[in-house]
This record gives sequence, structure tokens and C-alpha cells, in this order.
Amino acid sequence: MSITYLDAIREAQAHALRDDPRVFIYGQDVAAFGGAFKATKNLAVEFPGRVIDAPISEDAIIGMAVGAAIEGLRPIIEMQFADFSTVGFNQIVNQAATLFWRTNVPCPITVRLPFGGTSGGGPFHSQSIEAIYAHYPGLVVLTPATVEDAYSMLIEAVAIDDPVIFCEHKFLYRHLKAEKLPSEALPIGKARIAREGRDLTIVAYSAMVHDALEAATELATEGWQVEVVDLRSIKPLDTDTIIASVARTGRLLCVGEAFPWGGVTAEVIARVSSEGFGLLDVPPQRLNAKDTPIPYHPNLWLAHRPTPQTVAAAARNLLRQ
Amino acid sequence: MSQTVLESGDTADTVVSSGKYLTAYRYMLRARLLDDKFAALYRAGKIHGGVFLGRGQEALSVAIGLALKKTDVFAPLIRDAAGRLAFGETVADAARTYLGSSLGPMRGRDGNVHRGRPRDGLLPMISHLGAMISVVNGILFARRLKGISGTVGAVALGEGATSTGAFHEALNQAAVEKLPLVLVVANNQFAYSTPNDRQFACADLADKAAGYGVESHSVDGTDLTACLQTLEAAVARARAGHGPQLVVAQLLRLCGHGEHDDAGYITPQLKNSALGRDCLKLAEDFLVGKKWADTAQLAVWRSETIREIDDAVAPVQREPAPDPFTEEWQALSTKHLNEIRPDDFEI
Repeated sequence: MSITYLDAIREAQAHALRDDPRVFIYGQDVAAFGGAFKATKNLAVEFPGRVIDAPISEDAIIGMAVGAAIEGLRPIIEMQFADFSTVGFNQIVNQAATLFWRTNVPCPITVRLPFGGTSGGGPFHSQSIEAIYAHYPGLVVLTPATVEDAYSMLIEAVAIDDPVIFCEHKFLYRHLKAEKLPSEALPIGKARIAREGRDLTIVAYSAMVHDALEAATELATEGWQVEVVDLRSIKPLDTDTIIASVARTGRLLCVGEAFPWGGVTAEVIARVSSEGFGLLDVPPQRLNAKDTPIPYHPNLWLAHRPTPQTVAAAARNLLRQ
Repeated sequence: MSQTVLESGDTADTVVSSGKYLTAYRYMLRARLLDDKFAALYRAGKIHGGVFLGRGQEALSVAIGLALKKTDVFAPLIRDAAGRLAFGETVADAARTYLGSSLGPMRGRDGNVHRGRPRDGLLPMISHLGAMISVVNGILFARRLKGISGTVGAVALGEGATSTGAFHEALNQAAVEKLPLVLVVANNQFAYSTPNDRQFACADLADKAAGYGVESHSVDGTDLTACLQTLEAAVARARAGHGPQLVVAQLLRLCGHGEHDDAGYITPQLKNSALGRDCLKLAEDFLVGKKWADTAQLAVWRSETIREIDDAVAPVQREPAPDPFTEEWQALSTKHLNEIRPDDFEI
């Protein structure tokens, strides 16, 4: 049996629906159609009345979820593409994210954002916008990189009493496979050492973990032992695990698929620089997508984002210093 | 689509009992005098941030609060002191929020009109207009999923909010789900300073209802009897399963957008028009005309209410302010997921 990242997300939702009568799913095309990516396939049949199609109204979809959460339910929202969540941005950052702090009433909503680049997606179906949500207080932002994490972190996300932005990578949907679903997992908020090494730390999250691992394999043939840290959760950010890794390696490269200005990679570098400056043997570096909208054509798209080759090149620059 | 129009002079006064009218009037009076109190505290420098009054909108607002049951849901806007009081909000909650008391429902974390108790069905507005409609939809939707029937949700808006995307998305959503939602639009002629001819181009905002497939009601917002009748009818239609109801009231805001605004953009002609009549004064004239009260009684009620408000607000002024050193600076309810950064330890 082989389970994809996408299967894991479907199974996690089925688990949540089965386990907790307060859970329901609301989003565009999620019911009979089973979702644009089929992440909710057959769930409407399995759980009648609890998987509900929404009009194309991202603002009202999130607002509806907040109201249902106030009423004690635990909605899972599927944004068809992360890019479209900007239409619901106001409700996420001003309504959902402020509710508990203002009123002491928790807001347990999970917003699933199919995000990240796939070839041919173009400017409006490829974005990685996790950092703008992480910027706001009151949100948990998750970026699972493995089939196991997609499953266990989504189940945990639904159980959390706070709004969770669950960033699931579209490229990983069918690309990643595992033998079985996990029975135990690291808790949310803990990063994972995806590969051990002593010469350089590469911090990555979501699909970039796999590009980093590929780069590490290539660099191993050149004699370098590269450690790869999979953040898993970007908010909260597991600074301790990152700094412990840098203490072992003395070198840091942080890789993200998102746009370069600010963001997760900048935050990681800022934290290591301010809290672990003395651990660094060379200045830390970051690698991101280019500062343009995401291009459509594969030639441009592959040059726009980090790849195993550019990650390896950036790593070599650090290792040779 | 059905459309009801009630205006001053209709036979409505035969329907609204003296008891109900008097109850509504007393809430209107309390709201007006509470607003006056906050305006005075603002001028005395006792209130941080803005003060937003409902002067001229009390008849419409109180009608919303009185048409709802305590188990219903109400998302008031900035000019709904009367509706809040009628729905059950205490003067203390209002005063504690304006004065930033740590004992209030918002504990100094949010202020002025941004107050409520979500679990009691009174939602604290965010500042983004139209954003509360879909939240009320969500509560109504959740109750349906839970098998609870008979709940109505009311949302108060100004005409400016009808221009937002959130309004469109949420009203359409409520219509699709046929939710028992009552949207009450106080067309007070100005969104801050922007007049209606720069806000919308339809002849009547109530016409928008047809486009969403929902029922509409138009009412003279200066006429308490008409407001009570219209809101009662709209809430009853929603409760009976006829889907969302759009109520549009015509009136004039008899103050600035906030107390910082002298409203110099409102012309004397408009102030002296029928729209500019003061609903509280009209209600008092009506009470006297009906012999349900005389001017001496009105004066007694007014002085009693002023004393009652002073008695409720004075102790709040002595309550503890929030303390930044004991404040839990945590935005998540899940304690261990809040990040504690080195900066947090600095004093």
C-alpha cells in the first residue's frame, strides 16, 4: 500500500470528522466534486451534511468559519488555492486572529491552503504566502513536508483551539508517497532534523526540504556532510532546534520558496544572528524565489525558484568560506 | 420578493402597545443619555481614542434589540447603544470598555464600540465594515448543523457598508444558505463625510434585496412605531424560515462620525428636513399626544436615567486599569504555542 501526501490530507480530515462531531468542512467544490485536488474525495458521502460547498466568497467563507467556531464547532476550510486566501485575508488576520485575545473566546478554525509552485501554475496559482500569516499575532502556521506530517499535523491542527493556517504543498500532493500513516508524531512547534551533518545547516520547510535533501546528497559526493532542518511549523518557530544545529555546524543557509523580501528565511537568519551569532563561522545566507511574480513557462519558473542545484551552489559558497 | 413599507402615519400605532412603546422609549432615552455621558467624558479627556454616538438612530437601533430574543445573535455597529441596551448589554460593560477597565469584557485590549460577549450572542465588531455579517452567518449555520432551530441573527450596518465586498459576499452567502439573518441598514446619508451620491447609484438600497433573492423592508428611521413594527415583522419572517431580510431605514445622523467630527458637511437644509427630525423628540411628542406620559413624567424619567447612568459609570472610573506588567501578552489560547522571544523579558 502506498499513501500520497494528498491521501494523508484526505485521511486526516476523515479522521477528524469521524472523531469529533464538531468538525465540518466548508469550501469551494469540496462536497460532491471532492475538491479541486480531490483532498475531500467521497467525504461528503461518508459524512453527509458535514462537507459543504461554498460560493466563491473567500471573505464570507472565513467569516462563516469564525462564527461557527464561536458557536463551538471546529470548521476545516479549504481555500482552493492559497493565492485566493488574500480575498479572505481580512477575516483571517483581523477577525479570526484577534478573537481570543480580544474576547477570551477561542477560535478553533483550520484553514487549508494548497500552496507553492507547480509547473504551469503561473502568478495566481503558485504563491507561497505563509509569511504574511505568520506576521500576524494569533495564528499558528504549519508547513508539513512529509506524508506523515501532513497527516498528523492536520489532525493536531483541527484539535488546536486557535486558528491554524495549514500550508499544504501542491507539488507534494501526488509526488510524495509513504508506506503507511504514522501512529505517532512530533508535536506542533518542534522542528525535525531531516538529515544529520556537521559542516552546514540548511533550514527549509515544506517542498524545499526535499530540494535541500537532494542538494545534501549531491554535496555528500563532494565530501560535505550537510544537516537539513525541516521546520514543520513556521509559527511557532523552533528556534532552539535551529540554533542547536548551527552550534554543530557553524554555517547556516535558509531556503524558502516564497518571495525574498522579509519572510521565514529572514526571520530564521535574524534569530540566529541575534541569539547565536557567536556560533556562526561565516555570515549566514538565505535563498528564496526571485522578487517578481511567479512566471508561467517552465523555463522561467525553474529559474525563479530555488532548485536542488541552486541550493547546492549556495551551500558550496558557504562551505568554501 | 415581498416588500413592506411602513412610514409615519400608517396604522402602526394601533399595533404597538403602550407598554412596548414605553419600554422602547426608555431604552432610547438611556442610550441617548449614556452617549451624552461618554461625550462629556471624552471632552474631559477621560476617554482614550474615539467616541461614537448613535444620536438620531435610537429608534431604529432599539427596535432591533427589542425584536430579538436573548438566545438570538446581534452584531451591532458603532451607533447602536440603544439596541445593545435593549438586547441586554449593561451600562457597566459599555462604560468599562470606553474607560478601558480591566474588569470589562474587553479588559482594555479593545475599546469604545468594539465590545461584546460572543458566547452571549453579542458580537464585538471589528472596524472593517460588513465583516460581521458572515460571522453571524456562521453562528446561524452552526446552530442549524447542531439541530438548534429558531435563532435569528441581526446585523446593524450603515449605508456605507453596503459598498463593501464583505457585504456582498455575506448577504449572498446567507441567501444561498437561506439563513435567518436580518440585515439592518441605517441609511444616515453620510458614511463619515461621504454623501450617498458618492456611495451608491441605485434609487433605493432596498432594491438590492431582489438581486440577492432576499426580502426587503423600508422604514422611516425617525418613527419609533414604524421601526418597532418593521423590525418585528422582519425578525418574524426570518424566524419563520423565509430567509434573510434586508431592512433599510432612512434617517440622519444627528452628530459627527465621532465626537472629533463637527459634521460641517451636513447642510442646514438636510438638518431641517423630515430626515433630520430627532426620533427621541418625536417619540416624546407621541407619548404626550397619546397621553401615555406627560411632560412632568418625561422630566422625571430623564433625571432618573441621568442619575442611574452616573451611578453606574462613577465606580467604573475608579476601577483598575490594565497593567502591562501582569498582562498575558499571548495571542493564542494554546499556551505552549505562543512564542516567547528574548524581547519579552526586557523591561
